[in-house]
Amino acid sequence: MSEFTFLFRGRQTFESPEEAQKHVQQWMAWFKELGAAGHLKDPGHPLEARGKVVRGSQRLVTDGPYAEAKDVVGGYITVEAADLAHAAELSKGCPILGVGGSVEIRPIQSL
Amino acid sequence: MDVAEHLFRHEWGRLVAALTRAFGAHNLPLAEDVAQEALCRAMETWSYRGVPANPQAWLMTTARNCALDVLRRERTVRTFGQELQRYMLSEWTIGPAVEALFADHAVKDDLLRMMFSCCEPRLPEESQLALILNILCGFSVDEVAAALLAGRAAVTKRIVRAKRTLRQSGGLFSLEARSGFAARLPVVLRALYLLFNEGYHGASRTSVIRTELCGEAMRLAALLLDHPVGAAPETYALSALMCLNAARLPGRIDALGELQTLEHQDRSSWDPGLLAEGLALLGRSAWGTNASQYHIEAAIAACHTTATSLAGTDWRKIVQLYDALLRIAPSPAAALSRAIAVAQIEGPQRGLTEIAAIAGRERLAAYPFYEAAMAELELRCGRHAAARRHFGAAVALARNPAERVFLERRARACGGHSPRADS
Repeated sequence: MSEFTFLFRGRQTFESPEEAQKHVQQWMAWFKELGAAGHLKDPGHPLEARGKVVRGSQRLVTDGPYAEAKDVVGGYITVEAADLAHAAELSKGCPILGVGGSVEIRPIQSL
Repeated sequence: MDVAEHLFRHEWGRLVAALTRAFGAHNLPLAEDVAQEALCRAMETWSYRGVPANPQAWLMTTARNCALDVLRRERTVRTFGQELQRYMLSEWTIGPAVEALFADHAVKDDLLRMMFSCCEPRLPEESQLALILNILCGFSVDEVAAALLAGRAAVTKRIVRAKRTLRQSGGLFSLEARSGFAARLPVVLRALYLLFNEGYHGASRTSVIRTELCGEAMRLAALLLDHPVGAAPETYALSALMCLNAARLPGRIDALGELQTLEHQDRSSWDPGLLAEGLALLGRSAWGTNASQYHIEAAIAACHTTATSLAGTDWRKIVQLYDALLRIAPSPAAALSRAIAVAQIEGPQRGLTEIAAIAGRERLAAYPFYEAAMAELELRCGRHAAARRHFGAAVALARNPAERVFLERRARACGGHSPRADS
C-alpha cells in the first residue's frame, strides 16, 4: 500500500440551497465509502479561497492565488491505495467531478 | 449523521430573515449574499467533517461571524438596521451588539417577521408567493418557476420587483403592534392557502417540487400556530384543511403516477396520522365568532375523509357547507363543487341544471375540471356523445401531463374515438 494526496480543484458554487445540500450529501457519502474500505488515511482539510502568495528573493507578498475558479485548490485528503492506477480509480467517485472540478493525484514520496 | 431533508432550504429562510433584521430591509441583497456564504462554508466544512451536532445553530453562528466581517468592513460606507446602527460608531461595540442580535431568543421570530413582510398587501398575490418561496423557503428562481408553472423570465421579474418593494418598505414587519398583526394575518393565511393549493392541484409523480409546496405551506402555517398572536381560529382551520387534503395526496396519484377520481381512490392509502391531526386541528379551530372560509373548507374535507366510500359520504351536509361557503366566499369553482355534490343526491341531470345556473360560470371556461364535471354527468345520464365532446374540451384545457393522461383515460370510458386534443 502507498499513500497519495488528492488535491481537489474547483470551487463549488450552487444555484439553490437544495442543490448545495445534495452536494454535501454526495461528499459525505463518498468520504464514508472511502473510509469504510480503509482507503481514507487522513481526512485532510477544506481550504479558504483567499490567501497570500509570497514570491522570490524579495519575499514579495501578494493577495492570491486568484487562479480561475476551476483551478483553485479547495481542499485535500490523503488516501491509501495499492498503486497510482488504483488511487486514480478511487478518485472517480469524487463529487467535484460532477461540477466541473478535478482531482489531482500525487503519490507521497516514501523515504 | 445525515443532513435532515431540506435542511439547507429551511435554514435559508431563517438566515436571510435574521441577517435582514441586522442589516436593515434596504440591505436585503447583502443579507442574501451572507446567507449564501454561510451555506458555502457549511458545504465545505461538513463535506470533510460531517454534520455538526446542532446544524441549525452551526449555520446561524457562521452567518453571524460572516455578518460581523461585513459590518466591520463596511461600517463607514453603509447604513445598517435600526437596532444595530447606533453600535456601529465604534469597533468595540459592534461585536457584543451582533452577538445579542443573533442570540436564540432574538432570532426566534425572524422567520415569522419575514413571512409577514413578504405578504405586503401592495404586492400582487403571485408576487407574494414567489417571494415566500424564494426568501423563506430557499427556492431558486428556477425552482420557483417550476413550482408555480411559470416562465423563468416572468418569475425573475416578479421577484426582482417584489424585493424592491421590500427594500423600500423602511423595515421589516413588526410583530409587536397587535392591530397591524391582525390586519396582516388574513393576507398571510391567504398566501399560504394559495401556496398549498398550487402544490395540491399540480401534484404528480413527475413534478415532485409541486408537492413540496404543500409541505412548505404546512411548515409555515405550523410556525404561525407556534406564535401566540398567529394562533388564531382561522390559522387552526387553515392548518386543518391542509392536513386533511395532504393526507389524501397519496390517493390522488395512483401507483402508475396518474391522477385518480375520488371514486376510484384507494382510501386505505390516505395518511392516518395526517387525518387525525387535521381533525384535531379542526376541533381546535372552533372558537371565536367567525366561521371563515377555511373553517368551512376544512369541514368539507373532513366529510370526505371520514366517509368510508363515495356512497357512504354525507352529501347533504356537504351541500349545506358549500351553501355556507358560497355566502361568505362566492366563487364559480365552489359553486361547481356544490353542483357535483347535489348530483350525488338528486341525480346527474339535476347536477347539470345546477351547473348551468352557476353565476359567473364563464370564469370556469379555462378550467379543465369544469368541462370534465359536465362530461361525467352527461356520461351518467347515458349521453355518450355529449360526454365525449366535453371530455374533448377538457383534454384541450389540461394544464399538465398528469391532467391530460387522467382526462384522456376518463374520456375512453365514453367509448368511441379518443378525443386526443393534440392529434
